[in-house]
Amino acid sequence: MFMTKTVLKNLLTKYATRLYPFQKIEPFKDAKGELKIEMEKCILCGVCKMRCPSQCISVDKKEKFWQVDPFACVYCGICVEACPVKCLYQESLYRPPADTKQMVCHIQEAKPE
Amino acid sequence: MARTVLPFGPQHPVLPEPLHLTLTVDDEIVKEAIPKLGYVHRGLEKLAEIRDHTQMIQIVERVCGICSFLHALCYCQGIEALMKAEVPPRAKYLRVVWAELHRIHSHLLWLGLFADAFGFESLFMQFWRIRERIMDVQEATAGNRVIISTNVVGGVKKDIDKEMEKWILETLVKVEKEVNQLKTTILDDYTVKQRTVGIGVISKEKAYELGAAGPTLRASGIAQDMRQTGYAAYPELDFTPVVETDGDSYARTVCRFNEILQAIDLVRQAFAKMPEGELAFKPKGLPSGEVVSRVEQPRGEVLYYIKANGKKFLDRLRIRTPTFANIPPLLEMLPGCDLADVPILILTIDPCISCTER
Repeated sequence: MFMTKTVLKNLLTKYATRLYPFQKIEPFKDAKGELKIEMEKCILCGVCKMRCPSQCISVDKKEKFWQVDPFACVYCGICVEACPVKCLYQESLYRPPADTKQMVCHIQEAKPE
Repeated sequence: MARTVLPFGPQHPVLPEPLHLTLTVDDEIVKEAIPKLGYVHRGLEKLAEIRDHTQMIQIVERVCGICSFLHALCYCQGIEALMKAEVPPRAKYLRVVWAELHRIHSHLLWLGLFADAFGFESLFMQFWRIRERIMDVQEATAGNRVIISTNVVGGVKKDIDKEMEKWILETLVKVEKEVNQLKTTILDDYTVKQRTVGIGVISKEKAYELGAAGPTLRASGIAQDMRQTGYAAYPELDFTPVVETDGDSYARTVCRFNEILQAIDLVRQAFAKMPEGELAFKPKGLPSGEVVSRVEQPRGEVLYYIKANGKKFLDRLRIRTPTFANIPPLLEMLPGCDLADVPILILTIDPCISCTER
């Protein structure tokens, strides 16, 4: 009986949920999403690799190679804060689901002398 | 009829958590309950050997999916004590704000699950809809919905500006109004009272003797709350523990409901008294020595024992979570109750099995 007022109110107001694929919410400004890198800025120092609590980043200075396992990343943002040249950043959305696990690899191109 | 042995859980339709009990029942009356722990053991304490003490913040946050901030808070306070780091006042107040937001959303989640356990599904959805407002606040302030990762050793990482503060206070007004609208439904409804009043009574003496924690203890009439020990900015805030005296399932519900309102009040007080200033103090060196750190979680007292030896990795990290403390009182409540009341009694201790088994 005590619920009647709430039920009537819910009948007369808008949906509390969104019709998701058609109506999407605007992400919050500082929402932590997918990890990205601007490879040309990267100095391959490996600080991100050392700080990462889930150890999802691997860096090879000789091969000029930077790799992240997006399925192991926990979106904590520690690497973004630790990066000395600020070449890492996070998108405001999570990465979309995928049916196969893949690594995200980047190889730095040789800089023109 | 002969006694029957029933395995209850770890996978059970009414349980949100994989608690495993072996119940001995005689004509639908429970005679004996034996718990089995270890179903979701992940070995997080062992990880302290291969992750350094700053990376452990992110790991202890993942001990629990509901009160993650409070795990990190407890761990950081322990490490701060070892490194003799003084936390700036503003960081202390911000910690209170996030801790109380976690308490509100955890209790709203529990009230929803509890309503669902006795079959009141529409009430469950109402509570979870209110909870979504708090989740939005957490995502807007910290970037993530649950595991907000704002604690660091020596303070906090993120600040809440004036504009955000105003929005949070406005949201809390809405939350308070909506929670109060549901007060009569959860606390005065005939059917709800039939399922909760006088069920699973645990006396004051018994609760103390068995080492109950949090709302399970306070609903039995003992005003014990770790926030009284005065960590973070709690000594400067006006606060008395919510206490109920009946010790039954209904008292535990009332206790948690009132704690939501109290937490809203504490967030307001914290914002009103929050000073300007630094966010974090950067401690130098590595921790050494041993310490016990205690924090009041939504479910009760959490205890971290940290032993460090001045190296990068900790010697030992031991976590005792409130659900672990609340399992002996649960085993005291179960014998003599109906089999149909078992899910309700399990839920009244607000079990978090992933915390317990770490």
